[in-house]
Amino acid sequence: MPLAPDITQDTIVSVRDLEVRFQTSDRRATVKAVDGVNFDVRRGETFGIIGESGSGKTTIGRALVFLLKPSAGAIRHEGIDPLALPRKRFQSHRRDYQIIFQDPNAALNPRMTILSSVLEPLELARAGTGAERERQAREALDRVGLPQDVGERYPHQLSGGQKQRVVIARALTLKPKLIVCDEVVAALDMSIRGDVLNLFADLQRELGLTYVFITHDLAVVSHISERIAVMYLGRFVELGPTERVSEHPLHPYTQALLSAEPRPLPSSLREDSRIMLQGEIPSPIDPPSGCRFRTRCPYARPLCAEKTPDWRELQPDHWVACHFAEHRDFAPN
Amino acid sequence: MPAAAPGKCRSEAAPGAAPPLMSVRGLGIRFKTSLGVWQATRKIDFDIAPGERVGIVGESGCGKTITGLSILRLLPVNLAGLDGSILFDGTDLVSCSARAMRAIRGRRIAMIFQEPMSALDPVFTVGHQIAETMRVHTGVGKEEARAKTLDMLRRVGIASPERRIDDYPHQLSGGMRQRVMIAAALICGPQLLIADEPTTALDVTVQAQILELLRELSETSNTALMLITHDLGVVAETCTRMITMYAGEVIEDAPVDDALVRPLHPYTSGLLRSLPHLSPRHGRLPSIPGRVPSIVDMPNGCRFRARCTHATQGCEAEQELLDAGGGRKVRCWRFRELDLPGALQHDASAPIAAMAGTP
Repeated sequence: MPLAPDITQDTIVSVRDLEVRFQTSDRRATVKAVDGVNFDVRRGETFGIIGESGSGKTTIGRALVFLLKPSAGAIRHEGIDPLALPRKRFQSHRRDYQIIFQDPNAALNPRMTILSSVLEPLELARAGTGAERERQAREALDRVGLPQDVGERYPHQLSGGQKQRVVIARALTLKPKLIVCDEVVAALDMSIRGDVLNLFADLQRELGLTYVFITHDLAVVSHISERIAVMYLGRFVELGPTERVSEHPLHPYTQALLSAEPRPLPSSLREDSRIMLQGEIPSPIDPPSGCRFRTRCPYARPLCAEKTPDWRELQPDHWVACHFAEHRDFAPN
Repeated sequence: MPAAAPGKCRSEAAPGAAPPLMSVRGLGIRFKTSLGVWQATRKIDFDIAPGERVGIVGESGCGKTITGLSILRLLPVNLAGLDGSILFDGTDLVSCSARAMRAIRGRRIAMIFQEPMSALDPVFTVGHQIAETMRVHTGVGKEEARAKTLDMLRRVGIASPERRIDDYPHQLSGGMRQRVMIAAALICGPQLLIADEPTTALDVTVQAQILELLRELSETSNTALMLITHDLGVVAETCTRMITMYAGEVIEDAPVDDALVRPLHPYTSGLLRSLPHLSPRHGRLPSIPGRVPSIVDMPNGCRFRARCTHATQGCEAEQELLDAGGGRKVRCWRFRELDLPGALQHDASAPIAAMAGTP
């Protein structure tokens, strides 16, 4: 079991009013990929971020490890602002905050052996002697359950699951405090997915890691996370303990997501009351006014177009951005 | 939409069951590579009845996609041989002429793929691409094809089709593109629609819409659906029957609820148990040890045996797809003695997730 969040309550990452803006390629419009997001990640926990494509979840992940510079707002790592550090300190600081991506093919150089890929971060960090580095790299490969001879092979000789393990091994070599996992199991097969998720849990227990787990897969995120944030069009719509969010969701979007999830259950056990959302996520170039979900929300009222709902803690540790979260007993439109 | 040709079926049918629309027997696909000839799939047997919705599940490399492609004879150039037979409404698709195949492909059997953007031509409007399918196959005039296309776009749930018909693929969202692909596939009223991971690239809320659409279209037009997917949830929600493949073979074939509740093959059971939906939160996910055997080095006998916790003496013998009764088939000689867990705890009506302390 991962560490219970109350044992190590301190905050490892805090995010305040985070905004990340991009220019469109013709420079005529600005996309607010992330538009005012607030949250804390607690040490030792797995913090899940779920959202559909275009919600901005990947952008948050990249900003958390400063692969992207925030356009506004603040990100603190253990209370310090990494961007204020001198260059050298910033570089060594970053080793504690790693990121793993969805596609291991894009993360591994096809012309480098697995061992040299895994060695590279250690070499850049000039950690120990050459022999020590190699031992560490091989240990990391062993720890993620790869066979002995894998170090001498090339990425194309490995399966997708094996490649993802290599990428995990590489992220582990520098003993990070936090790893952002961006859709890390999305490309893997079902039976392997379970293995890799177990591996993440084991590594967390052994190494005291903190994860920010970004995915579109509700089953995965609710299995592995202590807390879940639900993202829609650049903003969080709900944040709370996994059990609360997945069993008593406060936001209509969360409800719709949960009900859209195909469940491998026989027909007798499936609920018929599916909330079928109309349409698709609008363009972030021109998001709806007020509540961004209102164009697809079955409960939308005029107020939702006029006023952006506040981000409020409706129940202890359970946040939501919906005008009607506490009294949504009226019928859908 | 009426089926194009309600022909008779000459294949042998199981007694009591409706005669199948398609009957696949002993299908095997071999490829030439620089290292010799590889057997990708073998001994594939299954039937699809008219209007039936069959899910083909399995992990990558199990042969589910290539099985779908071989039905349409859309096979890569390094094909070394196609064995067995695919009897579709009286015609053997394995041995029929290329000309006969062209008359079936797109008209009586249609296919949609995972990535609609790579299946649509970016330089033609979607309306043109749908109408073209119809004009090639049925020879109708431009006007009529356009009218039918508009009608079809409306049926697949595209809002204001009169406007969308002249859009180019890049102007549509992912979900709309997949709707366009479905419209193009169904425009000639096929008897069988093969859908290869049709919702894998879509968001979950859009996936729900598309699956609902496929189910509804299949029901109203009596089009059989062969849904190829890795997602057991998608099969559970969409299909009536589930065929599980492993390492190039069909290992289980059962009505979907039976397969989910009481799988007969250890692999099907293992797959179900490895899903995060069905495990207690934060607990260990049961997993299947080892990995799929390589295509170049397939073991004799049961191909799952090296990973199977129930493997014993006798599993090294060649396994046949056995009739387990109740419309079920399984490629495991021990199926009668094994009592395997599925998506539910046995003798309970709640999913495993609701129970504590599952190993």
